[in-house]
Amino acid sequence: MVEWRDEAIVLGLGRHGESSAIVSLLTRAHGRYRGLVRGAYGKNGRGVLLPGNRVAAWWRARLAEHLGALRCELVDAHAARVMADAGRLDALAAACALCEAVLPERQAHGATFESLTALLSGLEAEAWPSIYVHWELALLRDLGYGLDLGSCAATGANDNLAFVSPKSGRAVSLSAGEPYRDRLLPLPGFLVAGREGDKDEIRDGLRLTGFFLERHGLTGGGAGLPAARLRLASRFGADPANLEN
Amino acid sequence: MTGADIERMIHLLARLPGLGPRSARRAALHLIERREALLIPLAESLAQTAASIKVCATCGNFDSVDPCAICTDSERDDGLLCVVEDVASLWALERSACFRGRYHVLGGLLSALDGIGPEDLGLDKLLARASRPSVREVIFATPATVEGQTTAHYLADRLSNCDVVLSGLAQGVPMGGELDYLDDGTIGAALRARRAF
Repeated sequence: MVEWRDEAIVLGLGRHGESSAIVSLLTRAHGRYRGLVRGAYGKNGRGVLLPGNRVAAWWRARLAEHLGALRCELVDAHAARVMADAGRLDALAAACALCEAVLPERQAHGATFESLTALLSGLEAEAWPSIYVHWELALLRDLGYGLDLGSCAATGANDNLAFVSPKSGRAVSLSAGEPYRDRLLPLPGFLVAGREGDKDEIRDGLRLTGFFLERHGLTGGGAGLPAARLRLASRFGADPANLEN
Repeated sequence: MTGADIERMIHLLARLPGLGPRSARRAALHLIERREALLIPLAESLAQTAASIKVCATCGNFDSVDPCAICTDSERDDGLLCVVEDVASLWALERSACFRGRYHVLGGLLSALDGIGPEDLGLDKLLARASRPSVREVIFATPATVEGQTTAHYLADRLSNCDVVLSGLAQGVPMGGELDYLDDGTIGAALRARRAF
């Protein structure tokens, strides 16, 4: 028998039979893992297996490559806290859907677990949209596609950064990037200034991270961004970036 | 062990919710032993229902007539429109006998996993119904899950231009529920939705 116990965040679940579910978790030490939860739709599973909820998980199977059986105990009910707020609920659903789409199964992504935990706690803050965009940047970084927003790719200067190169993922200053404005992505100021972004900046931030998530094929073979992420983007008017080549 | 007809009956019964192969075998035997009293009336009822069942073009409910009995009931309040995920939810609300308005069955919830997008929920029909001058309030009776509430918020956004009150079901302590056995999320929701005595 193979088994482990770990902290986890519920990413999603699909019904299996009448009352069981195949649940996808992001665990701290084991990465994204699936397992069968018996009675998931019964009295005991109700309120526990909601995307975004933090649980104590116990997975066991006869062989490591089996789907395995999961038992989960609620640790923190993040989903219930944001359910009444459409924007926060969209952000929670988008984050879980993105993790489900971009993280490979059974590979530890401790940094993403930590950043997702921080995001879920941060969703109660007023500045949740800014926290969300920062989380997507952290997700790109953990996947090996981090953006370099520290200095201008052309001049090396680190002031007045206004664009991001879609090819290199590096910041470009206003003066160096102005002639190529149509071919560059806007860099919202709050990402480098460490402050809260306004609605337009959040829109640009979501366009920026969405572009790189799609460009690197992280969402799975041209499938595009998950529907929940698109709903969040449309809340801020962030249609996909349309750049001239 | 048994004939092909009986095996087929067992096989079909085993596909019903709550029944597995063993319980389907027991149910089949029970029916066969009560051929006159149960099996024949059940077979006739099933055949009759299969021939007459319709999906109500107005609300999406199942009935043998279209529009369904709920939509044609003149005693019901046209001003209240309750939006539910599926017919099972509609039946659950009808069981409670607390709601005397009209229904709208979505036929699903927004779900990336099941591939259900806004275009699959028949929003045009809901928008048309909610825009009728007689409708005063639209009640979202979707499940208290992330998908259920995401769908409710999405519908609320889409109906925001209609001149109706938009409301959702309360969340909190169930009847007979003891706090010690409730999950933290439900207790939190109940506290947030507390009411004055």
